[in-house]
Amino acid sequence: MSIATRSLPRTIGAHAILLTYTVIALFPVVLVIMNSFKSRAGIFGAPLTPPTPKTFDMIGYTTVIGQGDFIHYFQNSLVVTVGSLFFVLLFGAMAAFALSEYRFRGNTLMGLYLALGIMIPIRLATVAILQLMVASGLVNTLTALILVYTAQGLPLAVFILSEFMKQVSDDLKNAGRIDGLSEYTIFFRLVVPLVRPSMATVAVFTMIPIWNDLWFPLILAPSEETKTVTLGAQLFLGQFVTNWNAILAALSLAILPVLILYVIFSRQLIRGITSGAVK
Amino acid sequence: MGSLNIENVKKAFGPVEVLKGIDLEVTDGEFVVFVGPSGCGKSTLLRVIAGLEDSTSGRVLIDGEDVSVTPPAKRGIAMVFQTYALYPHLTVKNNMGLGLKQANTPAAEIDRRIGIASSMLSLEPYLERRPAELSGGQRQRVAIGRAVVREPKLFLFDEPLSNLDAALRVNTRLEIAQLHRRLKATMIYVTHDQVEAMTLADKIVVLNAGKIEQIGGPMELYNSPANEFVAGFIGSPKMNFVDGARLGETAKTIGVRPEHLTVDPKSGAWKGTVVHAEHLGADTNLYLDCEKAGLITVRIFGVYDAEPGATLYATPDPTRTYRFGADGKVLK
Repeated sequence: MSIATRSLPRTIGAHAILLTYTVIALFPVVLVIMNSFKSRAGIFGAPLTPPTPKTFDMIGYTTVIGQGDFIHYFQNSLVVTVGSLFFVLLFGAMAAFALSEYRFRGNTLMGLYLALGIMIPIRLATVAILQLMVASGLVNTLTALILVYTAQGLPLAVFILSEFMKQVSDDLKNAGRIDGLSEYTIFFRLVVPLVRPSMATVAVFTMIPIWNDLWFPLILAPSEETKTVTLGAQLFLGQFVTNWNAILAALSLAILPVLILYVIFSRQLIRGITSGAVK
Repeated sequence: MGSLNIENVKKAFGPVEVLKGIDLEVTDGEFVVFVGPSGCGKSTLLRVIAGLEDSTSGRVLIDGEDVSVTPPAKRGIAMVFQTYALYPHLTVKNNMGLGLKQANTPAAEIDRRIGIASSMLSLEPYLERRPAELSGGQRQRVAIGRAVVREPKLFLFDEPLSNLDAALRVNTRLEIAQLHRRLKATMIYVTHDQVEAMTLADKIVVLNAGKIEQIGGPMELYNSPANEFVAGFIGSPKMNFVDGARLGETAKTIGVRPEHLTVDPKSGAWKGTVVHAEHLGADTNLYLDCEKAGLITVRIFGVYDAEPGATLYATPDPTRTYRFGADGKVLK
């Protein structure tokens, strides 16, 4: 930071605001994790204190592991999230490349059409989607979820990625063409590595709503075989009795995979290999 | 091998016509420079030759063969770009060899050609490095090397020196000139810098607004420009243009180069006051505000002391003044 913009009150102010925000943002997460390690009495007696030797209890975790097929739910969630993510990134990047690279009639119109999905919530079409899935026999399959989430993620992916693809040097692509690379090689070997940071951004934006979604698993794939973690956690929410230990433990466990995926992608966010390719 | 013919090539982007019918003939081994102001279509013409852009109409022939619908990689050309355009994930060696590998050249042959090119451009110590680990000048040499290993019929350079600093530019210019002498290959070079054009070219093509203004050797363009545009574009500092009517001439405009004017403190054709003097050591540029001729530039060889505000008389060399008609063309 340069001297001109550094002053003590300013620094303190900035840090105070950022710290306050961090505390507010982390509070619910910390609360969930803390209470997942407490006994039922501990949770209701003093919900805001960390677990003490007296209130410490792993009952939540043992219930989750023991009851219901939680490992399986995790697997389902992971398959759906990773699968959708793969297709969103693949098709999103390809569409973005076509829109930004090739001049064809209706290019702008097509771009707008593809971006329209950002403004229209996919849930409005739930009934139609359900009918479609019933007709095609995809109800209670993970494929149904992957298809829906891919459709849901594509508009934003195309929109963001086409902006970034426009910034990739034309000279580099043309150099590839003169060297005889196919358009696919140019796309996968030259362009994709250069837009990797933006693809990681898209991946994070796409991944979190999919992992957390309750709506479509509940409607399209509620069977025991295809339950996702969020849906599985509902198991412990009874009409009369709610097993808070188990719910909090399930939620704490559900945070982990997202966290891991996020760490992987955020490394990509930081790394950029553009430097040196073009000035 | 390596001749190029362009026949009535036109290119339009939507309603905007960028190339308005270009005819050009380049013989084997020639160094041709396309020069012109920004937006004159010189880069577009180069991209049409390379096949990166389709022409709207007209034909491009390389070695007498119509390549208008041939993809870039099959045209037997190599191109050097302004932004180097090296593959960031490949080493220098692989950057140079990729094109050959795509064409299924045997590995031994690729190595041999890379060896020759890298020794020619003194790139041997860097063969295993990636572009990010090289300086700007080295990167551009790698880009040139990548073109050399392809042993193309036609070298295309798209403003290759624009991203280099002034000192490197002179060095790289020299290297390109030597490369041309050694390879005896046909080269086409695009630049907006008339100094590069003058120093490198066998033949200069001056483009303006999508049309060829004049084609000729550097000295031909300097000594006998066809029109006002070429006269003003070639030569530095720029030629002075004076309204013919103010001098009592029949021509619309009178042109005289700064170096073809002499000054004298006592007498001469055009009386004026010194506005500014630029001392460059080897020569001095004087800006004079003349009563008859308006603001003109005078280039004097060697050192000349003139204070702003002083009165000087400038006299044009009568054998080296140019007379232009109302249409901008030179009057014979």
